[in-house]
Amino acid sequence: MNRALWLWGILFAVWLLLSGHIETLFIVFGLFTCTVAVWVSVRMGIVDRESVPVHLLGRAIAYVPWLVWEVFKSNVRVARIILSPRIRVDPSIVHFRASQTTDLGRFIYANSITLTPGTVTTGVTGDDMEVHAIVQSEIDGSEENDMNRRVAVLEGKDPR
Amino acid sequence: MDMVLTVLTWALLMAGAFFLLTGALGMVRLPDVFTRMHAAGMTDTMGAGLILVGLLVHTLAGGGELVAVPVRLLLILGFLWFTSPIATHATAKAALSGGVRPFTRADESDEGQGGASS
Repeated sequence: MNRALWLWGILFAVWLLLSGHIETLFIVFGLFTCTVAVWVSVRMGIVDRESVPVHLLGRAIAYVPWLVWEVFKSNVRVARIILSPRIRVDPSIVHFRASQTTDLGRFIYANSITLTPGTVTTGVTGDDMEVHAIVQSEIDGSEENDMNRRVAVLEGKDPR
Repeated sequence: MDMVLTVLTWALLMAGAFFLLTGALGMVRLPDVFTRMHAAGMTDTMGAGLILVGLLVHTLAGGGELVAVPVRLLLILGFLWFTSPIATHATAKAALSGGVRPFTRADESDEGQGGASS
């Protein structure tokens, strides 16, 4: 129920911000539309931890800046490979063990890996991550473990 | 203050353009679909990201619309960073399922000197 209220609030905020109109008629339209959308979603049973992950909101504020910084660093690394006079790549497929317990946590970890250039998640089976890396030697280091740990913290150990 | 923001805008836009260009260059220079995906990833993380942040700074400097436009830019950035890894993953998985063998360093010698990078 709490999640439905969150969803309603987010939908209505997006409505207001994207329309830019604050006349009564449009606000009433917005209230009506958001209410119907949330009602239908609740009836379909799709308002859950995965579709409205507001329980991650607080910890995501700490995670996102770190992720952006990681993405920047690996962008510079890949740019250096591309701009070097002679291309030296050593690609290979490596496997990681994800320590997240929920599907949502694994999804965030897999997407974070793919978002950083130089590594792309090609498959997830259980807690096994199959990752294609552009330079193999740079990948088995501590950075992936760090990301794994941080996503596990982000995922948290919520009850229910 | 305006001067600082203008310079910052230009720096961000140029940095974004640099990453877009480098990503495009990587698409040509790298040897196979998997390594090229990494170059494509650069264009839609840092390339598009820095340009959007540059536009954000420009909007704030312009003193115009201070809510709707920055929020929309941030939404575009958010959607881009959420969806692009999924597209990349789908491409990779499709290539693997289709039987594309990833390029490895062992292939380099087969193609002769500079064959992969010319």
